[in-house]
Amino acid sequence: MGMRAADEARAEAISAKIILIFKGKTMKRTKILLAGTVAALAFANVAHAQRGTDGDLKILFWQAVSTLNPYLSGGTKEIYSASLTIEPLARYDETGKLTPWLVTEIPTVDNGGVAKDMKSITWKLKPGVKWSDGSAFTAEDVVFTWQYCTAPDGGCAQKAQFEGITNVEAVDPLTVKVSFAEPKYYPYGAFVGAQQPIIQKAQFKDCVGAKAPGCTSANFGPIGTGPFVVKEFKPNDVITFTANANYRDAAKPAFASVTLKGGGDAASAARAVLETGEYDYAWNMQVEPEVLATMLKAGKGTLVTAFGTQVERINLNWTNPDPKLGDKRSTVEGGKHPALSDPAVRKALSIAIDRDIIDEAGYGEAGKPTCNIVPAPDAYVSTANDWCLKQDIEGANKLLDQAGWKKGADGIRAKDGVKLSFLYQTSTNSVRQGTQALVKDWWQQIGVASELRNVSASVFFGGDPASPDTFQKFYADVEMYTNNFDGTDPEKYLAEWLCNKIPSPANGWQGQNIPRYCNPEYDKIIAELSKTADLGKRAELAKKANDMLTAEGAHIPLIHRGQISSHSVKLSGVKMNAWDSELWNAADWSRKK
Amino acid sequence: MTDAVIDQPVTAKPEIETPSILFWRKFRKHKGGVAGLVVFALIVLIVYVGPFIHTIDPNKIDIRAKNQGPSWKHPFGTDNLGHDMLAQVMAGGQISLAVGLTAMLLALLLGTLVGVLSGYFRKLDGPLMRLTDLFLALPLLPLLLVIIMLFRDTLRAAFGPETGIFILIVFVIGVTSWMHTARIVRGDVLAVKSQEFIVAAKSSGMREHRIVLRHILPNVLSSIMVSATLGIAAAIITESALSFLGLGFPSDFPTWGRLLFDGANFLQLTPSRVFWPGLAISLTVLSVNYIGDAVRDALDPRTQAR
Repeated sequence: MGMRAADEARAEAISAKIILIFKGKTMKRTKILLAGTVAALAFANVAHAQRGTDGDLKILFWQAVSTLNPYLSGGTKEIYSASLTIEPLARYDETGKLTPWLVTEIPTVDNGGVAKDMKSITWKLKPGVKWSDGSAFTAEDVVFTWQYCTAPDGGCAQKAQFEGITNVEAVDPLTVKVSFAEPKYYPYGAFVGAQQPIIQKAQFKDCVGAKAPGCTSANFGPIGTGPFVVKEFKPNDVITFTANANYRDAAKPAFASVTLKGGGDAASAARAVLETGEYDYAWNMQVEPEVLATMLKAGKGTLVTAFGTQVERINLNWTNPDPKLGDKRSTVEGGKHPALSDPAVRKALSIAIDRDIIDEAGYGEAGKPTCNIVPAPDAYVSTANDWCLKQDIEGANKLLDQAGWKKGADGIRAKDGVKLSFLYQTSTNSVRQGTQALVKDWWQQIGVASELRNVSASVFFGGDPASPDTFQKFYADVEMYTNNFDGTDPEKYLAEWLCNKIPSPANGWQGQNIPRYCNPEYDKIIAELSKTADLGKRAELAKKANDMLTAEGAHIPLIHRGQISSHSVKLSGVKMNAWDSELWNAADWSRKK
Repeated sequence: MTDAVIDQPVTAKPEIETPSILFWRKFRKHKGGVAGLVVFALIVLIVYVGPFIHTIDPNKIDIRAKNQGPSWKHPFGTDNLGHDMLAQVMAGGQISLAVGLTAMLLALLLGTLVGVLSGYFRKLDGPLMRLTDLFLALPLLPLLLVIIMLFRDTLRAAFGPETGIFILIVFVIGVTSWMHTARIVRGDVLAVKSQEFIVAAKSSGMREHRIVLRHILPNVLSSIMVSATLGIAAAIITESALSFLGLGFPSDFPTWGRLLFDGANFLQLTPSRVFWPGLAISLTVLSVNYIGDAVRDALDPRTQAR
């Protein structure tokens, strides 16, 4: 406690000094902001606030953070925690709208920022932005960020976002031009969103390529332009931040420091915020709704939900996972799945499921039944597959009867010696195991047996090519997990189901086409999508692709999941964001007095 | 068994009673042991006979009747998917007891074997104890991961998912928990070995395996019994830890440990979800401990003179 008080005092002293220096500038900025509408309101609330007056902000991430360099880890927890420090050029706001962050405006064809041939985009940086060490933020840093992530042998986790970029150049210290090989009809990929923040050239210049993981001090304490500065980083434990003395808004952040604690589980994190009030904010409350309801009764905190693009789905394996196939298991070479290659089986499995009950039992407010793999934004949401929303056990039974799958003495359907008995795997999580039990019960009713298996999340999602239990290897008949896409444009995401993205030993199981779906017609739609600029036409094509995936049964979409987090009732300014980092506007957070 | 009486060299005066009656007479004197036996028998009875009286299928889902408190239809209430908790506790008990007892027996067998051999035969002492150290030093979880990764699919193909995973779990728990028993037994054997009656038995030309079986084992039985009772508890708990990591039984196989783990979040809402499996584990462990205590007292040759 003594230490924290001392920190606060110091931070206050620093902020007082800063306010004196920047007084003139703040006045001017106040005027500009007041001219704006929404921003004026937000500012008015904290107009009298000073930097660092609200003490320590305590955040709980029940998955501990292992690095603060999002380019070396694709993990959500790393990306979110790093977003307190390092920032991208533009962000998505809580409605999914692109918002300029370190730039003056969003480049478009109309304002000349995007070339008419769609082969380049030019960003204009905000003048006067400083790194937390006091040096100027320039276009060179943006160029360096691109070089850093695309360096050979670098193993950059966000490399896909820089695909198709031929050059990034600093036209002048405040202008960056990004050039593409092909016309890019959605050019807001690179440097947009929490996944690709700008890192400081001076700090990382010796950490390029194979040397990147070795630069511990830089990776654990990146210098940024954001509201907070890393003070101490204990991997997989606690991170402490202090307010950035050089932050561009002299009145922000309201908090003098941030303590971001990692570890535990979702339920205890929820308890720490909602019931005991020990923490101000906790991320990702994947806990049964009735448990949260009990905790909410204490009145210490509230839940915030935002619906992004997460969909809990059951992937059906189109290839044969039989262990007898050895190395050819779950690969295209191993042949088709003996039962799941029948479209009638795939459809019957889908309509046997009552998505409303799954939602009620496991998700509550944080979920909506869906039949789409692209559940948002609204322009891309299709209704063509809504037949699957209604459970139809009888219809499923009839479908299987017609397809020649006859019930045996044990009540399990079979055809030509192939039994409808599936290994159903997912990660270990009580909500997922509950869903497994429900689905098993419904499938039982249509004569389909299932064997449940749950794998520890760190193994299942770990991507270790040596483990047989990863979701990429898919050594099971069906598997369930959640996936989503970044930003608001689904093109890249829909391209995951292309024939050439099927995981196999040849590509180190790295493809994203987990169901091993392959349809040349689908590939054609995606090729067309990538060449279409008109937004209405894009939406149409995206819907067509989405419909095809569900109708053909590449997967069974279950629940459109919201991101659900909790914060103390005393914390104000939280704008839950599913399109960017949840902590995206932490500079605006303050404590209610 | 009859010549056992004649051979019994420690028995001071000839008894009319057979050893089993003698054992029972002594066991009965230990009140805690009798109570433990009654409770344990009751648990076994409920777990195995109960499902014939309370006939709800433990895996039957009735989502409309979720999170219910105790009622006549569901005496232990229901969980968040509408599973009947009494049926789940009974089904879980069958698995937990079977795993606990079998794994304990395996660990005991291995531990006693290694302990007696290394305590009695000087030449084997070094290598066997280093082996024990090796097993103690092995990081348990990575080892389990490897074992399960290597053998899961083979066993699943050979015995089916349920029996396959049962064999695997019993084996894994047994093979990784015999070391403490081995060390304790070795220590006891070393102490007993140097006593006069062993020297007497040796000088009378008794074969070594008979010395071990007749004289050493009864004298170290007390510590074996204590290990055994602790072993059951440890096995039940290890099994639940494995299930939690997704390495144990599939999630639709209730075991006491898993029920306890799943129910923990619902402690405020439906306390019976945690109470009953928790009580079952505690009572089982406690009663087995008392039984072990009484059996030790009854078998210990040193208490025979009393």
